[in-house]
Amino acid sequence: MLVSFKWLQEFVDIDISPADLADRLTMAGLETGRIIEPGKDITGVVTGRVDDVSPHPNADKLLVVKVSNGAETFQIVTAATNIAQGDVVPVALEGARLAGGVVIKRAKLRGIESQGMMCSGRELGLDQKIMPAEQAHGIMILPPGTPLGVDARQVLGLDDVVLELELTPNRGDCLSIIGVAREVAALLGKDFRMPVPVFPEMPESIEGQVRVDIHKPDLCRRYVARLIKNVRAGSSPLWVQQRLRCAGIRPISNIVDVTNYVMLELGQPLHAFDYDLLTGHHIIVRLAGKDEKITSLDGVERELDPDMLVIADPSGAVAIAGVMGGLNSEVTPDTKSVLLESAFFDPVSIRRTAKRLGLSSESAQRFEKGIDLSGCTRAVDRAAQLIQDMGAGEVVAGVVDNYPCPAVEKAIVLRPSRVTHVLGVDVSVSAMQNVLSGLQFKIRDDGNEMLVTVPVHRTDVNVEIDLIEEIARMYGYHRLPCTLPGGSATPGYKTAEQLFTDKIRDVLAEAGLFEVVTYSFISPGIFDLINLPPEHLLRRAVSVKNPLSEEHSVMRTIMWPGLLEVLVRNYNRQVKNGTVFEIGHVFYPRGEGRQPAECPMLAAVVTGRTRGGWNQAPREMDFYYLKGFLEIIFDRAGVSEVSYLPEKTNPSFHPGRTACLVSDDCFLGIIGEIHPDVLEKFGLGQRAAAFEIDLTALFKVCKGGKKYQPISRFPGVDRDLAVVISQDVPAQEVFKVIRESGGMLLKEVELFDLYYGRQVPEGCRSMAFTLKFQALDRTLTDTEVTGCLDNIANDLRLRLGAKLRV
Amino acid sequence: MEKRLRDIAEEARRSLDSVSSLAELDEIRVRFLGKKGELTRVLRKMGMVPAEERPRIGQLANEVRDVIEKSLAGRIEAVKERVKEERLRQEGIDVTLPGLPVTRGRKHPITLVTEEIAGFFLGLGYSIAEGPEIELDYYNFEALNIPKDHPARDMQDTFFIEPEILLRTHTSPVQVRAMEKATPALPVKIIAPGRVYRRDDDATHSPMFHQVEGLVVDRHIALSDLKGTLDLFARKMFGIGIHTRFRPSYFPFTEPSLEVDISCVMCGGDGCRVCSSTGWLEILGSGMVHPRVLEMSGYNSEEVTGFAFGLGVERIAMLKYGIDDMRLLFENDLRFLQQF
Repeated sequence: MLVSFKWLQEFVDIDISPADLADRLTMAGLETGRIIEPGKDITGVVTGRVDDVSPHPNADKLLVVKVSNGAETFQIVTAATNIAQGDVVPVALEGARLAGGVVIKRAKLRGIESQGMMCSGRELGLDQKIMPAEQAHGIMILPPGTPLGVDARQVLGLDDVVLELELTPNRGDCLSIIGVAREVAALLGKDFRMPVPVFPEMPESIEGQVRVDIHKPDLCRRYVARLIKNVRAGSSPLWVQQRLRCAGIRPISNIVDVTNYVMLELGQPLHAFDYDLLTGHHIIVRLAGKDEKITSLDGVERELDPDMLVIADPSGAVAIAGVMGGLNSEVTPDTKSVLLESAFFDPVSIRRTAKRLGLSSESAQRFEKGIDLSGCTRAVDRAAQLIQDMGAGEVVAGVVDNYPCPAVEKAIVLRPSRVTHVLGVDVSVSAMQNVLSGLQFKIRDDGNEMLVTVPVHRTDVNVEIDLIEEIARMYGYHRLPCTLPGGSATPGYKTAEQLFTDKIRDVLAEAGLFEVVTYSFISPGIFDLINLPPEHLLRRAVSVKNPLSEEHSVMRTIMWPGLLEVLVRNYNRQVKNGTVFEIGHVFYPRGEGRQPAECPMLAAVVTGRTRGGWNQAPREMDFYYLKGFLEIIFDRAGVSEVSYLPEKTNPSFHPGRTACLVSDDCFLGIIGEIHPDVLEKFGLGQRAAAFEIDLTALFKVCKGGKKYQPISRFPGVDRDLAVVISQDVPAQEVFKVIRESGGMLLKEVELFDLYYGRQVPEGCRSMAFTLKFQALDRTLTDTEVTGCLDNIANDLRLRLGAKLRV
Repeated sequence: MEKRLRDIAEEARRSLDSVSSLAELDEIRVRFLGKKGELTRVLRKMGMVPAEERPRIGQLANEVRDVIEKSLAGRIEAVKERVKEERLRQEGIDVTLPGLPVTRGRKHPITLVTEEIAGFFLGLGYSIAEGPEIELDYYNFEALNIPKDHPARDMQDTFFIEPEILLRTHTSPVQVRAMEKATPALPVKIIAPGRVYRRDDDATHSPMFHQVEGLVVDRHIALSDLKGTLDLFARKMFGIGIHTRFRPSYFPFTEPSLEVDISCVMCGGDGCRVCSSTGWLEILGSGMVHPRVLEMSGYNSEEVTGFAFGLGVERIAMLKYGIDDMRLLFENDLRFLQQF
């Protein structure tokens, strides 16, 4: 909210600078952002009267104007078209500075001397949006009778300072000048002056001229109406316009401006109806009918829901209560009589209606935060006073005040001991009382407890803790000591799963993968990109009802495609080699009304070549490269037996270079090179390999608690063994047979050569192993080792059809 | 004979002077001292020496042998030393060439910051709690004292899955889950890091970001404990010279509610672009757990009090590393990631 410093000063004496005030307000919970000084840059602009307008002798589109500042007359050449003799305008004379720092110089335009310029609102720093429509373009025309030769900043209210408050949603009571003034008074220990409207009324009474029926008293607790007659529509005086502009509201016409002015000043939204357009002069506050429609003031036809509150007359809705008026009862230049509405509408109802209609008006914003139920009459009186003062109409005597649900004063018990307990500091009872009475709370003290009565406008204060907060924020948080929680000590710990995840992350990052963080929501189009058939399970994703875009509209059921996207993006930025991983959740739906399942997953994708150098050749990061990382994880996690089962049917992966990972009958995940078709769809012109591991499953099969294995003090014996074997036998099988057959004495098996080619029969390959034999209790004899080796060779022959290669 | 021995000694000395390799030295050894060497040949003729001369000549011959052997040994030592030096000289390398490339990855800056925060609070005895990212309206709002149609719902624009199921807009629902799980046990002392989601997307907002929630509930928790804890945290995180400022704010689930600012890490509080000339940077929201929240989570709000806080990990990462656009954290450009 924008708050004029001058306006504030009408209700409280402020003896500190705007900057200091901003600071005090911020530290009391009314956060103040920018401090705007609209006229800061402007000097030398004065009011002047246009005395003569004549065409420029040498230019069709220019005029030569004579302008008087009351003492002297100046000649100005202008391209403006909206000025006429007698207009009062802001004039920037030689040496003047405009908003934005432009300095005015004497100049010759097509041979005619120009001694300055007349200013538009924009040149004075005024936003077009808050200019009256007729002044938004061209020179700013000031009201007739504006004194001449006066500093334009003063006339336009540009000598004010505006504070931009960022109010929290609980402080609806501060959405007004008096609301802020109340806070300022309490903060500075000054008196707050509530405006008391005084104005003459017409002899005739409102009685019998207006009827108000409230059908929904729970949604409209009060409806006050006043009647204004002999309305003279026109623009409002400059000072009203200034105030509205300071608050960012565009002046429109005197009646409308007054309703806005009072809303800004007192926080009570008002609405003005054309009295003569209200059928039967009868206001009915009711719910909208089925299929009822209304065209709101902005010209949009709106369909109403049956739980929306409307203001109606016997022939139909004339306003959406508290949100926006209807076009059918709008105040126009022809309006003769005005009915002013000052009501209290239920915050929740207003909020729902405004939300559903997508109409967040200044009025709705105030109603939905709760306004002062006791202030309705004051507001309508203040409006009447202003209308009377500015000669915009005459006030009919009396008000209609339909008040079915009167305000109830809340009384709260406050225990000073509780204040000390919660804040951790002793605040004296008198200090508490000072704070609360400064904020207009009434206090009855009976020794141990205080009974505190809450002013009606403080709808946010309802229980003891609310009072404690009031005391704390006014007392000042900077005055609280810094302590640490006492009580019994607790060991801070991470769970086994958390430590496990940390370890995996550390291991992978240290081993050469880069951790990435990608969005949990993905595009459903990604399922097509990875070749999933139409009915595939992974396509059943949790979808976001209101996504920012299609790109982010479903929750991921799979992670590696997001990582592949990351690498493609890097590739397109000339970073062609990449190794990334992510640990995060995937989400599976569990049916309507049920919270989806969330599963922690680990995914990694690599593409390109390893880093090479002058002393090491780079190599392609393929299946085996990536598998190395998995092996590190399994090793660190203590997962011993992992089977790599060839997976030929996964549509996203290379049918010959993919494996499912299984351990202890538990499916851990998948590793493979990505299918060339998928790579093509992603636009990646090189191989990529990926794995995705279910961390819950991995955690289940990992064996915690490492046990020491004794180290033999006797020498071991290395023997090589080369076999020729069918290519259909997976290496894992060969290792398994060797290990089983080698028994206790076989310590290590290492594959050191793999060969296909001329000396090896078609469909076969040669595998050469180094086997290390060692016993714990003795040095092995040659015969023993040879016996072992023979056994192994024999088993390989019998079980896998391998031939010994010599 | 005597002359011959002296000649041999002289010859050997001269020969040794001019050799430079071990092979030549060996040749010299054979030539003078070997079985068929010069010295042996002379000694074979010992029989021709008169008997009374023999002891003297014998002694002379031994002396000559000793001298030759010693100089030979000396020479060998010297040549070996020279050969070694030569080898070392030849083996010299350019130590300024790059080493063997060892590939190393990096953890994401969000992880690094989260770990640092978690490390601090683990040290103070907090445990780490987790909760679902797709949350029930009840936990994300209702149980946090934000009923339907509460204006505070506007503070957090929400992604919905179903009317009652949504992407959590903050990590605060973990507070409620942690209390529900712990009640009636005390104390509850947790932090909860995790992903959260809001419908915002620009240079300072991302639709997904990370928070760390903190919660302490016990019999005698006061606002001053919150202040002490967070002041210590800020100084651990940003340096001992940093100042903190506690400012009243509003969150429906805490009361009193406070925002915590630190003196600007860029300008030290003088005012700059980063702190919008205020000298202060907001880093977290906090407050005393609202009695209603305690009650809904199963605690008696007369008997226990608590404080809670929530901080944005991205914000802290940006301040810590001087990152000026939040989107960098989610673009995952490897040239960005390898800097951490």
